[in-house]
Parts: sequence; C-alpha cells; structure tokens
Amino acid sequence: MSSHPEVLPDAEAQCRQLAELIRPNLSKKPALVGIYSGGAWIAERLRELLDLPEEIGLIDVSFYRDDFAEKGLHPQCKPTVIPFEVEGRHLILVDDVLYTGRTTRAAINELFDYGRPASIELAVLADRGGRELPVAATYGAWAVELNDNQNLVLAKQDDGRLVWRMEHA
Amino acid sequence: MHNPQLNKDGELTHLLSIEGLPQRILTQILDTAASFMEVSARDVKKVPLLRGKSVFNLFFENSTRTRTTFEIAAKRLSADVINLDINKSSTAKGETLLDTIDNLVAMHANLFVVRHASSGAPYLIAEHLQRIGRDDVHVVNAGDGRHAHPTQGLLDMYTIRHYKKDFTQLRVAIVGDILHSRVARSDIHALTTLGVPEVRAIGPETLLPKHLDKLGVHVFHDMNEGLKDVDVVIMLRLQNERMTGALLPSAGEYFRHYGLTPQKLALAKPDAIVMHPGPMNRGIEIHSAVADGPQAVILPQVTFGIAVRMAVMSIVAGN
Repeated sequence: MSSHPEVLPDAEAQCRQLAELIRPNLSKKPALVGIYSGGAWIAERLRELLDLPEEIGLIDVSFYRDDFAEKGLHPQCKPTVIPFEVEGRHLILVDDVLYTGRTTRAAINELFDYGRPASIELAVLADRGGRELPVAATYGAWAVELNDNQNLVLAKQDDGRLVWRMEHA
Repeated sequence: MHNPQLNKDGELTHLLSIEGLPQRILTQILDTAASFMEVSARDVKKVPLLRGKSVFNLFFENSTRTRTTFEIAAKRLSADVINLDINKSSTAKGETLLDTIDNLVAMHANLFVVRHASSGAPYLIAEHLQRIGRDDVHVVNAGDGRHAHPTQGLLDMYTIRHYKKDFTQLRVAIVGDILHSRVARSDIHALTTLGVPEVRAIGPETLLPKHLDKLGVHVFHDMNEGLKDVDVVIMLRLQNERMTGALLPSAGEYFRHYGLTPQKLALAKPDAIVMHPGPMNRGIEIHSAVADGPQAVILPQVTFGIAVRMAVMSIVAGN
C-alpha cells in the first residue's frame, strides 16, 4: 500500500492495469456496470481496452443510499440504465474509489431489483481502506492510504483524459 | 419574502404551489423524475427511499385518478400509504382540519398529500406543522380550490420537456376554463419560471380571469387566432357545473367555438403536441379524432405523472 502519495499516479495507466487484471476472466462474458460518475468513465475505458461488444450499464445509487434520512436526495441524480438482462449474468461493478463500501452495498441492492445475477465482481481504480461493511474489490489497480480529511476524486479533463485530484476537507 | 415551502437552506420541504419556486428547484424535480421513469420501466418498480415512512392521502374532495397516482408513487418509493376519505369520517363528526392533522401526526405520519376544495388548506397545514415544531412532516398539495395543482403543473412541464427538449423557444396555448382552473394557474407559473417566451390563454371572456396580462400571458378569444403556430396545446376540462350558471350558453356552442377539432389543430405547428389533465369530455372540449390522434400525449402525461410525484415526495421527505 502506497502511503500518503506526493504525486498522484496516472489514472489512464491504472485503467490499463485494471483491464489486464480482468482479461483472464473474460470467458464468463461479464457485463460491465459503472457507478456514476467516475466508475462510469472507467467502465467505458475498460470496454474499449477489453474490446467488449456490449454497451455498459450505468448506475446511480441515489435511490438506494443509506444516508437518505440525514442528507436527503442527491440534488443531481442521473437515470440508472442497464441495457442488458441482469438475470443470470456475470456482472463486474466498476467504481473509482473504494472506501466505506456503502456505495457498493447500494449498487448491489439496486442491481438485484433488475434480476438475479449469476455473480457480481467489483473492480476499482483505487482502494483507500476505511471499510465500514464487509466489502472487498475483486480487481484493484491501486491501494492507497489517505487521511480522513483527504478526498480522492477522479476527474475527466476537457480532452477526455481521466486524472486524479486530491481535495482536502 | 418568507416562502413556507422552502427550509432555511432554500430546499423544498413542502410542495404547496409552483408560484414562488425558483427555476433550480423545478429543474431538480424534472431531472429526478427522469430517473424515476427508469425505475417505473423495470420489473421491480420499487426503490427503498421511503421505507418505513407513512404517507397519508387526505382527499377532502374526490379525485380517484390523482389519489391513485399519488398512491402508486408512494408505494413505488416503499412508503406505507393510508387513504383517508375525509368526507365520510372525522370532519363529518365535526372535527376541525387541524385536529385531524394532529391526530395523524400522533400516528407518526411523515407526509400528507392534501386535496381540498378551499384554496390555501395545504398552507394552513404546513404552517401548523411548523408551529408545533414538526419540520420532519411534509405536505404536498394535490389541488386546493381554484388556487394550485402543482404536481399536475410539474407533470405538464415534464411532458413538454420530454417532447420539445427546450423551453426557451416555445409557444404554448392553454385553452378553456382558465378562471376556475388550478391546473392552468400552476402551468402558467411553471411555464414562465422555466423561460417559455410566449404563453397564450384562449377562452370565452366569462372563463378567463382578469389581469392575465400581468402574468405575461397573451389573451385570445378566438381559437383560430390563438392556436396559430403554437408548439403545445394544453386543453382544460370543462366542468359540467359551469354549464348550469350564466357562464356558458350550451355544450354544443362551447364545442363549436373552443372544442379542439382536427381542423383547428391544423393551425398549430405540424409537430404540436396536445395535452389534457383528464378526465376528458369528448365532444365538449376535445374531438375524439384529436384525443386519439398522433399528436395527443394525454396518456404519456399519466405515466410521467407517477414519476413526477415520486420525485416530489422523495425530495420533500429528504429535506
């Protein structure tokens, strides 16, 4: 685990690493589901890199979050779009940063409302620890240690490149 | 100015009227409704947002359709729904409106959907809840007197946005009994707030309120002039009880002048859409060939209405 990085790594290179981790398991013909917004960008990259013919699914977990009572509905939620049959499929859920595990929990719940998948794996670009639920990534490109007040954010530049940004609370 | 619909952070905590709501909130509701359309299209048409919450439908005035769409919307948010037919219960025994509310709050109500014949009844409830310190209980107006029917106004806006994409290039005509219509009032405020440059009101003088021009509305008494080149036609229901007063000569006469026929619709833009809040009076305000024709979007309005009500309930319940 790299601790408290001075220079943030190249997110595009990490997408390529993640694709190589997934590649040996393509025989199950998995479908990709990206969590808005960072995970959706990464899932789109993975689809190109792995040359998958099928459109990716996009998921917004706003309606399944566990902090609705404290925070209310997110003011900018996006439609979840799952353009394939979930029933019986092997799915790979894609997110940018794995932290508490609560977003993953919400996404899994939402996917089950579309059907009973054969399996769900989790692919993340960064795993920053700090889990509050028993969730683990199946594929992870970068394990990183951060302080609680640091917020690692994936951004998309005007030229389409994905880059990491560090925000401080 | 104090707006009882908004909390101290400017977020929507009750939906009482479209009047006074900023464009940002209307847009948030429409965007959230778009996400709920996706939910309504799948096998499991339910999300857990309002699990464990109790929604009370308080209909002091009958409306099967509106009550049903609110009930479906609340159930798709996983809320428990209790329908109270107030006419037959407590008020008939002399209980006041606010006593009824206090009793339901004591039963742990979280959200009231209120339809009332008196304008302002939902405001009264919202202010009462604030006075007793229950800012965790929310009110959604499902139609109060002649005043407002904000969720109908919002679902009309959702429909227009769905078919026309951009509000800022549109000409919209509202036709019929605008004087008695809370739908028309909510539509006019919503259209103006969302930046529609030209809103027209078409109807006989006896059924148009005075001072419509102060709201920026262009008034027409002749359908053939008013429908020219419009993008959207919103027909209003002609309530039968208006026929008995001195306001109108007869249903046949009304249809001849203000009924939407294929010939009159041909004056609008070729891709104009026709809307109606329902229930329709065929042969009085609308010809069946139009109601069932390719330009009518009256049934999609009903479908959109559920998503819009899900959006409104989940937004207010969260704030």
